[in-house]
Amino acid sequence: MNATTSPLLSCRDLTRRFGGLLALDRLSFDLFEGEILGLIGPNGSGKTTFFNVLTGLYKATAGEVEFAAQPITNLSPQEVYRAGISRTFQRSRLCLTLSLFDNIMIGNHKRLDHGPWANLVRRSLFRRQLEQSLAEARELLRVFDPELCERMDAPAAGISLIERRRIEICRALISRPRLLLLDEPSAGMTSDETTRLMDDILEVKRRFGRLTIILIEHQMSVIERCTGRCIALDYGRKVCEGTYATVATNPLVRQAYLGIS
Amino acid sequence: MEGRSGLVGRLAAIGLVAATMIGAIAFLSIESDRGILLLLLAISIGAFAAGRVGILRPLLQRALGHRATIGVSAWISTLVLCGVFREDHFSLFLIGRVILITLACLGLHLEFGAAGVVNFASAAFFGVGGYTAAVLSAHTRIPHLLVLVAGGVASALIGSLLLLPLLRTRGHYAALITIAFGLLFRTFVEVNDSLGGPQGLKLGGLQILRFQFNDELAVGPLHASFYFNYVLLASALLALAFVLVQRLEASWLGLALDAIRLDEIGAATFGFEIARWKILAFTLGNFLIGVAGALSAFMVGFLAPNNFTFPESLTLVSIVLLGGIGNPWGLALAAFLVVLLPEKLQILQEYRYLLYATLVILILRFRPSGLIPRPMRRYFGQPA
Repeated sequence: MNATTSPLLSCRDLTRRFGGLLALDRLSFDLFEGEILGLIGPNGSGKTTFFNVLTGLYKATAGEVEFAAQPITNLSPQEVYRAGISRTFQRSRLCLTLSLFDNIMIGNHKRLDHGPWANLVRRSLFRRQLEQSLAEARELLRVFDPELCERMDAPAAGISLIERRRIEICRALISRPRLLLLDEPSAGMTSDETTRLMDDILEVKRRFGRLTIILIEHQMSVIERCTGRCIALDYGRKVCEGTYATVATNPLVRQAYLGIS
Repeated sequence: MEGRSGLVGRLAAIGLVAATMIGAIAFLSIESDRGILLLLLAISIGAFAAGRVGILRPLLQRALGHRATIGVSAWISTLVLCGVFREDHFSLFLIGRVILITLACLGLHLEFGAAGVVNFASAAFFGVGGYTAAVLSAHTRIPHLLVLVAGGVASALIGSLLLLPLLRTRGHYAALITIAFGLLFRTFVEVNDSLGGPQGLKLGGLQILRFQFNDELAVGPLHASFYFNYVLLASALLALAFVLVQRLEASWLGLALDAIRLDEIGAATFGFEIARWKILAFTLGNFLIGVAGALSAFMVGFLAPNNFTFPESLTLVSIVLLGGIGNPWGLALAAFLVVLLPEKLQILQEYRYLLYATLVILILRFRPSGLIPRPMRRYFGQPA
């Protein structure tokens, strides 16, 4: 992280207002390629709002975002995805009636050929694309869950919570994004499952060395083990930034989380 | 092992189609109300018993893996059906109607079942196709095969006007827009004297490459009703549409439509241009409905505003619901039942809309996934 490399993601005074509520208040920070950044803060502190503004689901009221030296402020979700940012959601957004493979392929949208020729006429061309995609999905899934590899044609409704999270992460990774946004992946999990999930995240990091990740988390153990740096939000404002040790001992953070004055 | 289980599946597919065809022949030949009711009772008991014993489901599962076999044998069955009833005007007319309604419902299936775009004006789009065919064949010398295509294009174009408000609304509001359009269309043709007004319009017979469809077909000692010609053409068009729809569903295009139907926000974050996919489905769907309407107009030889009302649209929707939203094979079965039941059961004639409405309520309450539920996507016959 030397000063000469330019950041992968750079937010300047990013603000989002809902009527009288400032959900995101002049958030500024830089993120460098290969980092894992933790984003913490109590409920309603603006973490998910930040993801939604970044991915184009909400428009920013003010401020700017640059990604890979290109301005991406207020692009549509589709454009943000094509620029190389993909995400998971706090509440699973898998299509439950579709197969695991189909769900993963939804994340692969920009790399698939949607022309009528291969899809409708020359089916042998489509078959080749399909087989390549199957191989890619299988390879990705083997990292997380070798068991699911054999069940890629099963409906997503039939798998457990942690498996759904894994499929969601695969769906976000299959298009080879440069920035991965994980929105509270441990929500609703037992501590055992959370440990396995941390292993997953570190494994992703090991396999895709240059991948940059922003991780929203409530579980401090996850932040401690997985992230190099973290930012604490409260009422949409950045209250503290630094290593886990710095942030966890910061009096403002303790006040926001524990209500100790 | 592959060969053996493949053969069983293939035989199961042929068997299912053959059984359906025999049922259809029986259904069309029986004249009395009591006979029809007994037949329906026997079929339901048979299907229920087979379901209970657990034969039907695995057999169906296996059979559905062989789409090409089902398709080919279904088409052959249709030809056999036409052969059996070759001299019977009324039965052939009914078969033709079932086929054209299935074709229209395939279009509706693309809109409603695949992309999740509601359309409660399908009868109006059917009518657009019909009126286009009537006007073009009466006033121009455009070859009739092109007139059929023009019917579809006109329907798709008028549908694209409706897309402007449709893309900006969802759910009930979108449904209301299509209902309003349906009412508007009917009123429009009713007050428009150049389109025949409330009395309607007559059409000449279809003619393709000097072949007059309204002439009786005679090969040696065999004679066939002129409807035979129409049914042949209709079944060829339906087969084409079936191949198109099935390929579309078993491709990235079908996946894209599923993705935007099931979760627009999720799809948008993965790069899906929602509007683009809705436009594709709505346009292609209305095209199929329009082509069906155009050919239907030639076959019937007559058009009137009363054939394109809201209850007629509701009939098409009830077919899609009954067949199983998202399942083309279910559509064909449902179209057969919904079109033929009131024709064969004299008691029902007057109460047909009552039947359809009751049907919709009962399906939505007791079997929302329809007669044959939506299958998991299989890109090439076998599971991925």
